[in-house]
Amino acid sequence: MLLEPHDEAGVIDAVRDAAVEGAPLLIEGRGTKRGMLRPVQAARTLSVRNLTGITLYAPQELIISARAGTTVPDLEATLATKGQWLLSEPPDLSSLLGEGVATIGGIVATNLSGPRRVAWGATRDHVMGLRFVNGAGELIRAGGRVLKNVTGLDMCKLLSGSHGTLGVITEVTLKVLPAAELTGSLVFAGLDAVRGVAALSAALGSPYGVSGAAWLPADAAERVLPGQGAVALIRIEDFAPSVEYRLGRLQTDLAAFGTGQILDDTTSWAAWRAIRDAVPLRAEPGDAVWRLSVRPSAGPAAVAAVEAAGARCFLDWGGGLVWVAGTPDLHDAICAAAGRGTWTVLRAPEPMRAASNVIPPEQPALAAITRRVKAAMDPRGILNPGRLYAGL
Amino acid sequence: MIAQPAPKPDVMARRDEIVAGLSKLVAPSGLISEALRLKPYETDGLPAYRQTPLAVVLPETTEEVAAVMRFCSKNGIRVIPRGAGTSLSGGALPMEDSVVVGLMRMNRILDIDYGDRCATVQAGVTNIGITNAVSADGFFYAPDPSSQLACMIGGNIGMNSGGAHCLKYGVTANNLMGLRIVTIEGEIIDLGGAHLDAAGYDWLGIITGSEGMLAMVTEVTVRILRAPEGARAMLVAFDANETAGAAVDAIIGSGIIPVALEYMDRPAIHACEAFAHAGYPLDAEALLIIEVEGSVAEQDRLLASIAGLCERFKPISLRVSQSAEESIAIWKGRKGAFGAVGRISPDYLCMDGTIPTGQLPFVLRRINEMSVQFGLGVANIFHAGDGNLHPLIMFDANLPGDFERAEKFGADILRLCVEVGGCLTGEHGVGVEKRDLMPVQFTPIELDQQRAIKSAFDPAWLLNPGKVFPLAA
Repeated sequence: MLLEPHDEAGVIDAVRDAAVEGAPLLIEGRGTKRGMLRPVQAARTLSVRNLTGITLYAPQELIISARAGTTVPDLEATLATKGQWLLSEPPDLSSLLGEGVATIGGIVATNLSGPRRVAWGATRDHVMGLRFVNGAGELIRAGGRVLKNVTGLDMCKLLSGSHGTLGVITEVTLKVLPAAELTGSLVFAGLDAVRGVAALSAALGSPYGVSGAAWLPADAAERVLPGQGAVALIRIEDFAPSVEYRLGRLQTDLAAFGTGQILDDTTSWAAWRAIRDAVPLRAEPGDAVWRLSVRPSAGPAAVAAVEAAGARCFLDWGGGLVWVAGTPDLHDAICAAAGRGTWTVLRAPEPMRAASNVIPPEQPALAAITRRVKAAMDPRGILNPGRLYAGL
Repeated sequence: MIAQPAPKPDVMARRDEIVAGLSKLVAPSGLISEALRLKPYETDGLPAYRQTPLAVVLPETTEEVAAVMRFCSKNGIRVIPRGAGTSLSGGALPMEDSVVVGLMRMNRILDIDYGDRCATVQAGVTNIGITNAVSADGFFYAPDPSSQLACMIGGNIGMNSGGAHCLKYGVTANNLMGLRIVTIEGEIIDLGGAHLDAAGYDWLGIITGSEGMLAMVTEVTVRILRAPEGARAMLVAFDANETAGAAVDAIIGSGIIPVALEYMDRPAIHACEAFAHAGYPLDAEALLIIEVEGSVAEQDRLLASIAGLCERFKPISLRVSQSAEESIAIWKGRKGAFGAVGRISPDYLCMDGTIPTGQLPFVLRRINEMSVQFGLGVANIFHAGDGNLHPLIMFDANLPGDFERAEKFGADILRLCVEVGGCLTGEHGVGVEKRDLMPVQFTPIELDQQRAIKSAFDPAWLLNPGKVFPLAA
């Protein structure tokens, strides 16, 4: 049964009915991330795709509110009319997850962020307010429409990245910023992972406000900036004179890593769009895709472990985000490559998703809190059951 | 005055036994139970509220904290986490039957990693202590609450503290990567680490700003940032709040996000000038301090653009700092604002609501009307970029009824903040001070949902009870 209410009241009714009957619900926007994490066993799907539209836009207050089913391109188009953008640069993962247009509700529910995350924070950092329906069918407002708010528990953070397991998000309010006048990049070719990440760390540790730092091995670079071998890319986004000045300073300061080649606005924009959307990652049909998050200095060791296992990868977030593609049987080796960091199965064939952990298991004391928090939000356990952990 | 829950008779009856039990868990110097030595712990930065606790423990390790928590949990004893005691909302106010767990002895820097741009410290390290540990190498920890010389990172996490520079750099939650926490049952749990965006629920996010109600924080991994090449401030004065507000809108609308954008109204200008002699114009109704960062050339360009925008609103004076020293002088008045108001009034209450910035002129007009109505002076300091308003209500605690009037005035201001689309507290926390106003902002169902999260962490409600949520009827 597919439930596609047109308003919040309809969402409340759908959840209440399901709660009364104890009927599990698959919660989604436009379903673009259905293949992420564990499969949900539910006869009913509740989609918020018909809850669309901007409900508030105050550019001078750096605030925008939209119903959860509003697509990310629609939201970005509205922001562009006032020269603003989303800070966390949410990715379009259709190259990995199949064609489809993501909703802003889905981006918040999965807390996915792009390259700018390393400098400006994750999607969850910019969620100032939410309206959601908990598992009992109650409407809860979290946060508000102002930039600074510590009134009560921060339910916005709890819901962000909860993958629809704690509540059905119906509306989001985000902090936005003026879009940069210009983007520019510096490319260092021929660096291996160790030298590449060293260059990225030096750039991120500079006073020049680097807003993107990625390293691509030769095969991944070939899909973005062909003919260069492995590359380290460093991005500046700012007023035009600042972009020119800062790239120049970085070129000088990073001379030990070779001659940094400057990419113009158009090339830079396209390269970072590709990195944001994981285009450099070659994932064959049937491959699994993992995102490892490690301390940046551990990135090169993760690359070595991933490659030794026979999988492919590239690094974003200064070396801290490892995108990995490989056959599903590599699961244990890839998770081990994260070391003391964390990992997420972004996509995998259904048998693997159903049988394996898709995120690291929690220590028992924390797992107990997870179960109690889930019960506090969704007492009947009807919202996306099993999405994060088996039996939850 | 706001009521607190009654002490538990069984706990009060076992006082000596409890003190003896605690003495086995921490070093002798880390246990305080004599009335005279408990005195400093009876209040925090909201001194109108006072209560001597049953005992204070000052653990030195996470394991000691865990042992104390296990003991208190088993014995049904309430626990009050405390950092430096600088809370302006009574977040560290003890209860008569409670054990205060003070973090001040856990003040070591554990690890600094410039390559990975993070630092791990114990929860009792001061906010400025983190920046001091990394500043020689050109780095800093971004959130900068006014109390940063004294307040501790553990307390900053409790309240999700902000500061004057969070328009650009975010608040505590945005600068946090990992935590070591101790649950009320005494379990030690590591959350996050030196990597970004741990999988699973956002425990860092829900614990930050939870006012010590979910867990004790003992170790913290924060993001450290490379300092910009330089920063410089400018001072712009206007003859009306309306024009100053319009200038703020024009600056943000132009695409420039200053690293700080501070606003003072006439009483605040006068109080600060008398105290700091910063050269603030005394004929102004509103004053903006605007700071930008970058190289000298970048500063020049941004300050010139902002000056151009401000000129459109006919400022009565406009002064662009020409040096780091001049910037410090411009900031001196603002940073000393609380002390300045303390000099012109025997007592003051510092409020902390947030409003949509477009509502500023209306809200200031209403606050001034209320000031007349209540017969109490008020000076307004405002983080204009993010809408965080700090009215300082002046009163004299020695005059009968004055404090009650000040509290009522403050409550009316906060109600106004919510009415215009804002919230009760932007960075100080709810504590006891704003606890009973929570129904102004939240429905009963919303409050129950938050209470249920509290119960999921602390089923017996032993951790910092009597804060944030109105007491059950």
